[in-house]
Amino acid sequence: MSAKRIAGLLLRHLYLYRRSLTRMLEVAYWPVMDLLVWGFVSLYIAQVPAKLPPVIGFFLGAMIFWDIFYRAQQAIAISFLEDVWARNLINLFITPLSVGEFLTATMILGILKVTVTSLLLVVLALSLYHFNLFHLGLSLIPLVANLILTGWWVGILTTGLILRFGQGAESLAWALAFLFQPFSAVFYPLSVLPPLVQVVGWYLPTTHVFEGMRQIIAGGGLSWAHLAWATGLNVIYLFAAMGIFQWAMAVARRLGLLLRVEG
Amino acid sequence: MDPVLKVTNLTKVFNGLRAVDGISFEVARGEIVGVLGPNGAGKTTTIAMILGLLTPTAGTIQVLGMSMPQERQRILARVNFSSPYVAMPYNLTVLENLLVFAHLYGVQAPGKKIRELLEIFGLSTHSHQLTGRLSSGEATRLGLVKALLNDPEILFLDEPTASLDPDAAEHVRQTLLRIQQERGMTLVYTSHNMQEVERLSHRIIFLHRGRIIAEGSPAEVLRRFQQESLEQLFLEVARKQ
Ligand SMILES: Nc1ncnc2c1ncn2[C@@H]1O[C@H](COP(=O)(O)OP(=O)(O)OP(=O)(O)O)[C@@H](O)[C@H]1O
Ligand SMILES: [Mg+2]
Repeated sequence: MSAKRIAGLLLRHLYLYRRSLTRMLEVAYWPVMDLLVWGFVSLYIAQVPAKLPPVIGFFLGAMIFWDIFYRAQQAIAISFLEDVWARNLINLFITPLSVGEFLTATMILGILKVTVTSLLLVVLALSLYHFNLFHLGLSLIPLVANLILTGWWVGILTTGLILRFGQGAESLAWALAFLFQPFSAVFYPLSVLPPLVQVVGWYLPTTHVFEGMRQIIAGGGLSWAHLAWATGLNVIYLFAAMGIFQWAMAVARRLGLLLRVEG
Repeated sequence: MDPVLKVTNLTKVFNGLRAVDGISFEVARGEIVGVLGPNGAGKTTTIAMILGLLTPTAGTIQVLGMSMPQERQRILARVNFSSPYVAMPYNLTVLENLLVFAHLYGVQAPGKKIRELLEIFGLSTHSHQLTGRLSSGEATRLGLVKALLNDPEILFLDEPTASLDPDAAEHVRQTLLRIQQERGMTLVYTSHNMQEVERLSHRIIFLHRGRIIAEGSPAEVLRRFQQESLEQLFLEVARKQ
């Protein structure tokens, strides 16, 4: 692992962001729109006289958490697509950059983007809806860390699939994460789902993060069981995703895809 | 002297098509080797395998005494490649792109190196221009600057002068020749410009349907095939398809 090469690849993306207003906005635009909608929905529900659980917290927390996951995976998938679009893959892969360094750089980029987005959301949620995520305590941090881990491996998986299946698979960069949404009990408890679907949910780390988050917001404290499940699943899936990426790379080298994805 | 590049029985099959069909050759340090042949002969495929972008179906590749792909990273640090068909991010400036690649190649004192090379290729005034706004000839020269950042011991070029006007092409040839002589760099390149190949190459490798059909100095090859020029030889071979 060479820190210099990792820095080089990061630099490529930081230059890009510095220059591109649309890309900068993307870090802010969608998350803020989501926050506004869910914030007002929550305000409305809170006016309903029935005694409900702390819905504002549930929806805003879920929304912010979902965005952290989504942005982390996107940072990885899109940073790869940028090089596909720029027809830059050959240049990159004939440098001494290793696959490990390549993935590390994109994972760091993921953290950077997520940090910017979530700080923005946390501040906005606080000022607009008086929802203070940090009030919920440090116990949220291990959950957020798990979201980023999930974002990493979903991003790496997406990238592997794009590498293997080319342009046709590009939309996965936006779509694949949403496959997780219905099963991960993002905006509702797992118990709402049919029993069989609950089983699927149980094996997604995101489910445990969102369940854990609601438990904290409801005042139940951090569930070590959910945290352990989320972390364990994430570690397994991260290694699996890296394996799949290596496989995609090997196939790409065999079929000459690195020469043609750029077309 | 040990060859800097040794390819043995190299073969690439795509879906039953033998794009490269069991070729073997060596390149000595400081040599300029022109790889020529009709469209689809297997030139780009051969270079891509040597650079580790493509896994051979069979055969071995030794670069600077190391095996590709086993020692991929160590080999890639000491060689480079450029082609007008490969671009650099269009939304970064020339200087930004070069700084990124200088990092990736671990170049010492990148600022100085970049300034020197931009000067040599007449791109100094473009360093703050967006790469996507360069003319195709300028982009080709930028590719060459990138390819020389790490002082490669072997430089691979795929049709380096394809998008250049005659004057720019001549300038690029002279520049490459000068750098090659100053540094004892080995140059392996493909071209469809037969006059260029005849003038520049110490040795040519003529590929046809994935096989080497002629190899030697341009003069030797012409003698053997009893042709006046490579252009004629090329047409002769191409028409026999
Ligand atoms: N990734 C690939 N998948 C399938 N076939 C391929 C692939 N890459 C190259 N080929 C085929 O292999 C053959 C050799 O192609 P190659 O690009 O090496 O030719 P070339 O000598 O560089 O030709 P040109 O002068 O047109 O650049 C061609 O028939 C081409 O269609
Ligand atoms: Mg070619």
